[in-house]
Amino acid sequence: MSPLLPPEFADLEPYAGQWCLATEAERFERRMASDMDEMGAFYAAFSPRLEEAIEFCDKYPLDELPDDVAHPLQLIHSLVMVSMAVEVFHQPKIVDAADAVLLRVREPRP
Amino acid sequence: MPRWPKPAEDSWTEHYPELGTGTISFGDSTSPEFYELERDAIFKKAWLNVGRVEDLPRKGSYFTKEIQIANASVVVVRGMDDEVRAFHNICRHRGNKLVWDEFPREESRGFCRQFTCKYHGWRYDLEGNCTFVQQEGEFFDLDKADYGLAPVHCDVWNGFVFVNLDREPSQSVREFLGPMITALDEYPFHEMSERYDFAADNNSNWKVFADAFQEYYHVPALHPQQTPVAVRKPDMGVECAHFQIDGPHRLTTTGGVRRWNLPQEYMYPVEIATRSGLLGPWDAPDIEPLPAGLNPGGVEPWGITNFQIFPNLEILIYGNWYLVYRYWPTSSNTHHFEAYLAFPPARNVRERVEHECAAVMFKEFALQDAGMLGGTQAALETGVVDEFPLNDQEILVRHFHKTVADWVGAA
Repeated sequence: MSPLLPPEFADLEPYAGQWCLATEAERFERRMASDMDEMGAFYAAFSPRLEEAIEFCDKYPLDELPDDVAHPLQLIHSLVMVSMAVEVFHQPKIVDAADAVLLRVREPRP
Repeated sequence: MPRWPKPAEDSWTEHYPELGTGTISFGDSTSPEFYELERDAIFKKAWLNVGRVEDLPRKGSYFTKEIQIANASVVVVRGMDDEVRAFHNICRHRGNKLVWDEFPREESRGFCRQFTCKYHGWRYDLEGNCTFVQQEGEFFDLDKADYGLAPVHCDVWNGFVFVNLDREPSQSVREFLGPMITALDEYPFHEMSERYDFAADNNSNWKVFADAFQEYYHVPALHPQQTPVAVRKPDMGVECAHFQIDGPHRLTTTGGVRRWNLPQEYMYPVEIATRSGLLGPWDAPDIEPLPAGLNPGGVEPWGITNFQIFPNLEILIYGNWYLVYRYWPTSSNTHHFEAYLAFPPARNVRERVEHECAAVMFKEFALQDAGMLGGTQAALETGVVDEFPLNDQEILVRHFHKTVADWVGAA
């Protein structure tokens, strides 16, 4: 299978299959289905490179991101999602959210 | 000791003596009979915000809105003349729901040149005129001019599309909104066209849910994670800088140091890394000048202003972006919740990530409200307790329930 990420981020390829997700709905679902070890490893590997990834993506106009640049952006969005579990709640689920659901029904792409 | 000056009466609540200071009942949020009264007295009388003009980007754009409590389905459309109109979503021939996509009970949106009924193919133009009747000659003296779509009163204020299901609304939308809300005439909502829209079906009365978004007293207890644990203080209080009431509408303003101007330990690493978070992007350009109506209390430093527009609309303005909540009752103990965050369109990936971070953090804490309020509803429905004290920080809750009672009582 060809890599999802450009060569600059080849070391993050092990996380790409799990976390290159185009919608918040998918990213939220993946977070809920992941354990803290998995998310902690992704967080530890990618957080230090967030700024570099943003700068990499920003070499292209936002509305014309090539596929291999859209993937790092999806990974950035996933890092934001995972940060909620790692930094804020220390568990995948939101504390006291019980069975409540809030669906993101419309969002900009990418 | 209060950090912010209170009115001469020593409290915001006593500044509005008609509110009283006694305990209140939440029977209005548990009783199926009261829900029935709200149908006619509120949701068939008040102007209701159903969307924005950005939801109708070009001629022929439409969306439908299910207003279950008013027993109405409404189609809102931008006509060939660019006018926004609303109609009851009912074919005049046999009463079929005219506009729907996959399921008739689900809302739909799109673009069309005309509406065609799925049942017998009658057609209507975007101004609501009946333009085609299949086998017209089979009917008896039928004049298409008599069979246009039933109109719904519709008006636009600063890009917000309102409908009114009353036969003859007693006020225009501007009169209804009044001076405190129309003081936002100059606020450039239209510039914030990048939207993150959310929807939920919640197990609570629409007012029980709205109550949680018109006071900040609950924030330290329910949302302690808004402050990183290292600097979290037990028994930390919250005080709003300003409250104001105008007719059925109300607002509150927060003040004080912006989150991102606090020492770094008061923010999460992801907020520092994205320069965004719970209160939105840090570096977004300021809107200058902000209309005076945004900060009627003259609070310095100004934080956010939370406009509660009767009956079921909230607009929270953070300066250079805003949030909208709408609460659509579906029974005495359920409602459909809509929310969106609106930003000026991102110009690059960095700004898109700022918006994403704000939208993600919004959902985290909104889910805490939604999760808990199902429990509030269930506990209220036991009926064991029916006298509840409200403090001065909860003045807007008090005013909301009084306004609902006044409208129901006046009907």
